[in-house]
Amino acid sequence: MSEIKPTLKQRFDRWMIRHGRVLVIGLPYLWLFLFFLVPFLIVLKISFATAEYAQPPYSALFQWVDEGVNVAINFGNYLFLLSDSLYITAYLNSIRIAAISTVITLLIGYPMAYGIARAKGSTRNLLLMLVILPFWTSFLIRVYAWIGILDREGLINAALMGMHIISEPLIMRQTEFAVYIGIVYTYLPFMILPLYSTLEKMDGSLLEAALDLGCKPWKAFLKITLPLSMPGVLAGSLLVFIPAVGEFVIPELLGGPNTLMIGRTLWNEFFSNRDWPIASSVAIAMLIFLVVPIMYFQHIQGKTEEAGK
Amino acid sequence: MSGKRSIFLTSALCFGFAFLYVPILLVIIYSFNEGKLVTVWAGFSTKWYVELFQDDGMIDAAWNSLRIGVMSATLALAIGTPAGLVMSRFGRFKTRTMFSGMIAAPLVMPDVITGLSLLLLFVTMEQLIGWPEGRGMTTIVIAHTTFCAAYVAVVIQSRLAGMDSSIEEAAMDLGAKPTKIFFLITLPMILPALMAGWLLSFTLSLDDLVISSFVAGPGSTTLPMKVFSSVRLGVSPEINALATLIIVAISILIIIASILVMRSERQRSRQIQDDPGIVG
Repeated sequence: MSEIKPTLKQRFDRWMIRHGRVLVIGLPYLWLFLFFLVPFLIVLKISFATAEYAQPPYSALFQWVDEGVNVAINFGNYLFLLSDSLYITAYLNSIRIAAISTVITLLIGYPMAYGIARAKGSTRNLLLMLVILPFWTSFLIRVYAWIGILDREGLINAALMGMHIISEPLIMRQTEFAVYIGIVYTYLPFMILPLYSTLEKMDGSLLEAALDLGCKPWKAFLKITLPLSMPGVLAGSLLVFIPAVGEFVIPELLGGPNTLMIGRTLWNEFFSNRDWPIASSVAIAMLIFLVVPIMYFQHIQGKTEEAGK
Repeated sequence: MSGKRSIFLTSALCFGFAFLYVPILLVIIYSFNEGKLVTVWAGFSTKWYVELFQDDGMIDAAWNSLRIGVMSATLALAIGTPAGLVMSRFGRFKTRTMFSGMIAAPLVMPDVITGLSLLLLFVTMEQLIGWPEGRGMTTIVIAHTTFCAAYVAVVIQSRLAGMDSSIEEAAMDLGAKPTKIFFLITLPMILPALMAGWLLSFTLSLDDLVISSFVAGPGSTTLPMKVFSSVRLGVSPEINALATLIIVAISILIIIASILVMRSERQRSRQIQDDPGIVG
């Protein structure tokens, strides 16, 4: 580090001490501001535009920006969302499917996280590794794997028919059931990891004391373990619920044509109908719904960060 | 009672891991299936791998994805590392809440929203300042960098939060310059986190379908886009082969990385034991 000429180095150091802090904050701040925050404002703006056969396919917003006074805000897109039952159904479906999947993920993930946290040293590391590994492998491939299993000509049907348990193939793919499996399967590691990290930190002596004093194990679990692991439960649930609401790939590949979810609706509005303003208003409506859980998630993140110090 | 509990936990773990791994194993097994039908085993064969490597479209897409992954991961490290440092070491500053929000939100934001919003940004920017010209690799790299940087920031932040800042403070008290402290103390301490952050970004970028689909242009088809368009029609043995290659490659990468991290940790703790002075 000290090979630079002293004068230059001194000048650089002095400059860094004065401006370094701003520089370190500034770079990520600017990037995230420009590429994460500003885009939402643009989506908001275009959600008030009118679709047109043009390039880009929405009413000339920049003309009214230049003209300044001639601002014609079109609330029509939002009114359209409210008037067409398709969108409302899609929203309600997404929320219902995401909520049910989150609960199933929690029910499967909690005992797993608990088991891993209770395991001894090297076994624990191995189990943790086994949870993390699927999290790294391709999401798309993990969804794809279920096509081959659930399909009409898939492995489950082939096995069941081979064993003469059923004579007609079961319809499992292209149903809501398949979407649940897909979401639970792909998001399970997101649930287990935060749960594990709270359960692992938990003080075992509290539980021992309760058991020594004659508390029933299930009661001790409900009164001690569960409340103490609540931050993990909440963080894990939000990590599953929020992205699942807007999920596109899973309903598209595993769901049926009538498994309406809002992420899929947005995709179709954008890619099939090429209606950018409607797609934007769908996105804004989704964001309005998700803002509360997202803020809550951020709040929990902030808390764990402070607890970590 | 505790016996009952451990039986319950063990069976939950067995069920859970079977659920996580059986589908992946089936994909791997059936990638070596001779026949085209996915459910009927027609003997061992590697012909789908041969076919995969002769598929020029697939190879091009894979090459695009690798290049995008390396660039995005590197950029994400450059942006996410200072962000993590700011979050854990800079204390309070104006608009910190907004800053932490911009780091937490991309982690959970549905892909369709991120993709659409970035596309609209790029279209608007092109109209206003003429850059980026059209959409392609550059726009995909920018999009991936943005959400990967958030992951890097969280990885770095949690690493720094779990670490004692007293060494840095001591160096500061002894008059070391902030840059020197960063490069001599902080950076070596967070090296494993940097590696993990880069790898995580690389795999996230390699895996992204939705955001890429929004911001891609002609000639910048990525591997997930290619896979998605063929998977929509159903299972294909060629995709099984590709999936197997990806799974094996990533597993090897992760195992090597974790061995390296473990070794560096061990070395570090040994160094500290031998000569506590070396850390400062």
